[in-house]
Order: sequence, then C-alpha cells, then structure tokens
Amino acid sequence: MATLTINGRSVTLEVADNMPLLWAIRDYIGLTGTKFGCGAGLCGACTVHVDGEATRSCITPVASADGKEVTTIEGLSSAGDHPVQLAWVAEDAPQCGYCQSGQIMQAAALLADTPDPSDEDIDRAMKGNLCRCGTYNQIRAAIKHASRANMAGNDGQGIDKEVSA
Amino acid sequence: MTTRRQFLKVSAAVGGGLLVGFRFGAPESAMAADGTSGASGASGVFEPNAWIEMHPDGRTMLTISGSEMGQGAMTVIPMMIAEELDLPWGEFDTRFAPADEAYANPALGSQVTGGSATVRGFYTKLREVGAATREMLMQAAANRWDVPLTDLRTEPGVVVHTATGRQVEYKDLVADAAQLEPPEEVFTKDRKDFRIIGKPTKRLDTPQKVTGQADFGIDARPDGLLQASIERCPVFGGKLKSVDADEARKADGVEDVIELEHGVAVLARDWWSADQARGKLSIEWDEGDLADLDDEAIDAQFQERIKKDARSARTEGRGADALGSDENTHSATYRVPYLAHTTMEPMNATASVTDDGVTLWVPTQAPGSVQQVAAEVAGVDKEKVTVHTTFLGGGFGRRFETDFVREAVELSKRAGRPVKVIYSRPDDVRHDFYRPAAYNELSATLGDDGLPVTWVHRIASPSIWSRVAPGMVKDGIDPAAIEGAADHPYQIENIAVSYAQVDPGIPVGFWRSVGHSHNAYIVESFLDELARRADVDPVEYRLQLLEGDSRHVGVLKRAAEMADWGGEVPEGRARGVALAKSFGSYCAQVAEVSIEDGKPRVHKVWCALDCGIAVNPAGVERQVHSSIAYGLTAALFGKITIKNGRVQEQNFNDYQAVSIDQMPEVEVGIVDSGQPPGGVGEPGLPPLAPAVVNALASLTGKPIRRLPIELGDEA
Repeated sequence: MATLTINGRSVTLEVADNMPLLWAIRDYIGLTGTKFGCGAGLCGACTVHVDGEATRSCITPVASADGKEVTTIEGLSSAGDHPVQLAWVAEDAPQCGYCQSGQIMQAAALLADTPDPSDEDIDRAMKGNLCRCGTYNQIRAAIKHASRANMAGNDGQGIDKEVSA
Repeated sequence: MTTRRQFLKVSAAVGGGLLVGFRFGAPESAMAADGTSGASGASGVFEPNAWIEMHPDGRTMLTISGSEMGQGAMTVIPMMIAEELDLPWGEFDTRFAPADEAYANPALGSQVTGGSATVRGFYTKLREVGAATREMLMQAAANRWDVPLTDLRTEPGVVVHTATGRQVEYKDLVADAAQLEPPEEVFTKDRKDFRIIGKPTKRLDTPQKVTGQADFGIDARPDGLLQASIERCPVFGGKLKSVDADEARKADGVEDVIELEHGVAVLARDWWSADQARGKLSIEWDEGDLADLDDEAIDAQFQERIKKDARSARTEGRGADALGSDENTHSATYRVPYLAHTTMEPMNATASVTDDGVTLWVPTQAPGSVQQVAAEVAGVDKEKVTVHTTFLGGGFGRRFETDFVREAVELSKRAGRPVKVIYSRPDDVRHDFYRPAAYNELSATLGDDGLPVTWVHRIASPSIWSRVAPGMVKDGIDPAAIEGAADHPYQIENIAVSYAQVDPGIPVGFWRSVGHSHNAYIVESFLDELARRADVDPVEYRLQLLEGDSRHVGVLKRAAEMADWGGEVPEGRARGVALAKSFGSYCAQVAEVSIEDGKPRVHKVWCALDCGIAVNPAGVERQVHSSIAYGLTAALFGKITIKNGRVQEQNFNDYQAVSIDQMPEVEVGIVDSGQPPGGVGEPGLPPLAPAVVNALASLTGKPIRRLPIELGDEA
C-alpha cells in the first residue's frame, strides 16, 4: 500500500509494494498517458516526475513513491500548454506518439534543471528515451524552442513568436 | 483534371445530414438496382461505410481509411478530401474506419496500411469523393437559386454565385444535397489550383499526442477487463506439453490460468500481476523440430540451397554464362541477419467475446484480417465482429500480423470476460515475424573501362509471401525476396539474378521496406566495390550505368549537389552514396561518417527523394528522418541471434535502437518530377545502410559485407 500525490490529487493505492509505479498509474489510477515500453528502464516511455525528478516508472516500486509527488503527462499542465508541450506542437515533433509522453516528461525535467541546454546536455538527458519513428531531430528542435520560449518569459509568449517567425 | 464515372453512394443522415461513401468494385447496374444511391438513402439510417459526413449544424466527419502508425495517415487523408471538397482546413473531425471492404486501399486490394501505399492508393479515389461531394453541394445551391451549375464556384466552406457574389455555407446545403443523385462525372482540380495538397501541413494528432490523450491499443479498458501475460514456447513451432500452474493460480491478483496450444496465459486484473505470476508457472514443452537450430545451421542451409535450388529471377544477355574467370571478375559474399521490429508499443490486443459477437480494440495495420481471424476463433460471422482500430505505437509491418488477436479472442472466449493480451518486451522480441535473413553471392566481370559487363547475383533467403499469400510466389520466386536486386536500374549487358527459397523455420514477415531493406544494401555496396576497383568516383560510376534522364539520375544528381559531392570533407570523415527505387519512389542518399572509438558514427545524411507529387511535404520530410533512423538502427545494431531454436535477444539492451545522440543531421530534398504520388513511408530506408557502409569502406579501404556493421569484420 502507498499513499502518494498524483497530479495534485492524493491517492492511496492498495496494491503490492513492489508493483511498479507504471502499472499502478495505468491499471489502478487509470491514467494511460504513461506508456509501457520495456519494463526494464531501457526505453524511457514510462517517464514520470517523482518530486520533480524524471523517473522510470516501470522500475520504480510503488512503495518507494509513498508520500511523494508524482506528475504524469496528464498533469504536466492543465490545458496542454506547458512550454514543452507547446514547443512539441510548434515543431510538429511526434509521429506514432507512443514514446512522446516520456520524451516530454524527460525534456521538461531537463529544462527545469538546465534552462538553456547545449546539444551535449540534450544528448545526455535524452539518450535514454528511445523513439523508433526517429523524431529525434524534431525533439532536439522542440527542446531548444521551449528553452527560447522560457527565456523570453515563461508564459508561452516566446513560443508564439517562434511559431510566427 | 480527370473525369471519371463514380461508384458513389449518397444518403441522408439523421437530422438531415449528407453521407457520401464509395462502393468499391460495385458494378454500376448493381448500384442503380440496389436503391442505395440518391434519394433512397433518405431513410435516415446511418451509413456505416461513409467517407464524408456533413451535418446541418456544420459538423463534418471524415473517415481515416488508413491506420495511423506515425506516418501521418490521419493528416494526409483529410488533405486529399478537403482539397477537392474545398473544406476549410481543420474544420472537421476524424474517425478511424471500421473493418469494411469499402475502405480497401485501391493499390493493395484490401484494407491494409502498408507498402507505402496510403497516398499512392487513395490519391485518386479520395480526391474524387471530395470533388463529387463538392459538386453535389453546388448542385443543391444551383437548384435553390435556379441558376446553372457553371455559374457557381466554391471557396472554402461556401458555394458562391460568381456573378452576384451571393454565398451559401455548405452546412445550409447538406440536407438538400443528400437528396441528389451523385454526379455522373467528377472533375478534380488541376495541380496549379491546389491550396492544401503540396503545402507543408502540421499533423492533426499532435495535440492529443503531447497530452497523453491519444488512445493506443494498449490503453483499451473495457469494463470487467482481465489482462493476460502469456508464456509461449521459446522454440519456434514448439507446443505446450504440460503445466503445473498451482503456484501461479495462488499469486496475488490472478483470476485465471488458461492453457493454449503454444503456451500458457495468466490472467489478472492488472497486467503486472499476471506477468509476475507467469514466472511461477512450471512448464514442460514439446519443443518440436527446431530445438537444435542455430545461426550456423541456418547459414549452412542457405549455402547448400543456393547451389542446388537457385532459380532465375532475371536474365539479360548471356546471363551468368558471360562471367569471366580471369582477374577482371570480382566476387563477394554478403549476409544480413533476421531482424525484429520492436515497435515502441509492444504487441497487444483487447477482445470482448459475448453471445452477441466480438468487439476488439487493436492497433492494427490490417483491420480486415483482424475481423476475419476473430470470427474464425470465436466461431461467429464476420458481421458480428466489430474492430476498433486505435492509434498504433509504430507498425513497421509487424502489425499486419494477427497472432496477438488470435490469442486475445481465444482467451476472452474461454474466460468469459474481456481480455487484453500485452506482450512484454522480451515476448515482443522473441515472438516476432522477422525480416528474413539472406545470404548472397555476387560476381561481376568488368570491361576495359572498369564498368561491369556481367552481373551475377544469387540470393538465398526465406519467403514471406509463401506464408502470407502463396499465390504471389511464381516459379519459386518470391517477389519480396528479390525486389531491389532483380530490378536494379543499372544497364549491364549480361545480368543473372537468381533466388533460392530456404525455410529454416523462423517466422518471417514484412519489415519496413521488405526486400529492399537488404537488397539495396547488397547491390549498392557491391557496386561501390566495383567502382573502387575501377578507381572511378561512385557517383560518376553510377551515372555511367544509368539511363541519361531517368528519375534515378534526377535524385542521384540532386543528392550529390546537396552534399557538395566532391567538395571538402572534414578531417577524419568520409562520404558514401547509394541509390534505390522502392514503392514507386526514387531515393538517393549521401552519408558522412567517421570512426570514433572504433565505432561508426554517422554525422549527416543528405537525402533526395522523388516521390512524385508530395501531398504533405512536411510529412514526407518526417518520413525520411524516420526511415533513416530505422535503417540506421538496423545497420548499426540489428541482429536476431538463433540458438537452440530460440531468439537470444530480449530487450533494448541487447537489441539496441539508435538514440538521440546517435541520430545524424538529416537534410531532405524533394525532387519534383510532377508524377503521381509514389510511396513515402519506406523509400527513405533502403539507401541508408549502403550509403553508410560505402562511406566507411572509403575510410578503411575494406568493404563491409555483413550487417550489422562490425568494423574490422573483413580485415
């Protein structure tokens, strides 16, 4: 059993302590935006934030999230307007889209720590998030886009400028 | 502008809306006789295979007849309809088509998404249905205003009387239009009048894909759902002998354990509990005939069969008889391995079998096959099977198959509840239908000018079509095994290409670009070996062997131009080139590589693609990036290893995929030949591996004759 905050809501999960957070989120809380890709922390599709840290939920026992704040793709913003989401739309980044929740959560954590990431920073932070459709160049562009928007004022205004530019 | 007789079906929707559908293949007389056209549709019954639904309140619904697996079907299909219907872009909803022959892709003859055929196949039909609908709306306005049709035109969403400027919105015409006969002839636009086709257009599904709202198959959650993890016999073709499931049954959350012919399924409320309990099964397998099979034995089969059973796929001039035996003959052996697909979304299917029929939620490239298989397994008529095609978390050919559907339907039937089968990643890697391995022997005799006079290529590999549609295999030749090899464009006096079908027992299936995925690598790499031997620049060498003004030449020259071929290359780097035609499109790529810590690094790829009219150039560009990433993964890492009849790899640690730090910069040049659309989802893949290995070979001086690339392999 674990009690945690998910997207701002307190939830008590009566499941096995060693159930991965991923499956508690998907099968018991019913939020399916977080994806199963490998079950072994090798692809990043299941990435969520635990107390703000990008975390592979498929290898995180639910008990270890007890008392913590978990954010999933559904909770990243209230209206899909987090700067990273807006940048993803502006760069038309997804293809099949399956890995993109994890990509976006990973990128949001990167930008929270490193507001103006270099290419090397992006490689380091994002190389554990696989995409079989090959959207990597668009993801890189979208991260830089969100970074510029953040620096221009964290209200999405900068993004609008980028879109029209 | 084209003019065609239509097989349109028009009817009225509840509330006075307009429904426009196609009757593919229906004879005209049947159309007239069955009373489904024109006003007879005014019964108000929903027409399930409509393409376009327009309602008086302004809502428009377009049916997406291809699966959305990342390639952009959900965007490009509306582009083709909206262009001719003159629909304001984005002012419509979409739905994925149900399983229905009406949605068969005209290029493929069935309702499947693949073969890079969505745009190619639907380009004419969808523009025609759009144009016909527009014409009916105009006719409704003409009747209302009592003016000739020719006095009217449309602007997005409205019919305009040209002389007076009087306008009426489509929504105010749909009820009248629903009472009209469909037009006898349909006029589609000239290319110069396109306002949507040819414009880089953003995907319509992005907002739901960045918020976690897009529903993939794995997200289906019907009431009462059980989730299944299945232990399948690890040896191909093996069967369940016996199982002791006592421990598994006692495990937390487990609701059922069901024995299948090829494995044992554990069912629980959540998938993880099922998967955990699966580890407690004690199983004895009948491993069958393949329990000793390994890569060496497979290679030996290839080598034996290529000597005995190679059949001619193409002969020009004197064929192999013209092969010289002197020092002007160059020979090489090329090998490629079996490959898994590893879509990001593991295989899954959800089925609910009840007394009323079967309902399925499946990420599938073949809704019709899903329906057929479900009907067979459940023992019901096809009409009782409803298929909800969800978003696909990647397809790449794996989702043509229905193995996971069969399992879900059988389990739901036996459990009496809805069941979702999810493959773990190791299940997904170890129970695939693999890209066939291939063994190739090549020889070429060069003339005094260094160009080949004789080209001999023998291929030994398993056959995909022999399983999928045996009728496709004629005289022992599987067209998928020889594509890109038998039909290479180089003008050589004597050519002999032959194929020996070998079936070691490993299941094989379609994998992005199919036979081209290996044959382009082999042909283009061997050709570069010849160019190096002749000491001729590889672009120049190809140009000398190609027809002067062909589309092949067009893309080759464009790629060379984009890359400034022959210009300065950064220290420590080299470039390679390759050319391939596949799925109706022509593609040339230049790759710039270096060797870092003994490993290949691809810095940049320049890609020229002639895919005819590029309906969505933004989508075309993305598909090139995608093909390059998929092809590079195979070239650098892709290898399925068989030992004791089992696949040894199991997850992304030992079956790696290219990551962001390994992704090259990509520059795409779309060559506008003005031809009808060719394929886009696959043609960017075949030239990638040879462009990369040719670049590496010019760095090391050694050809790379097997994939994945291992530097020093040929030392």
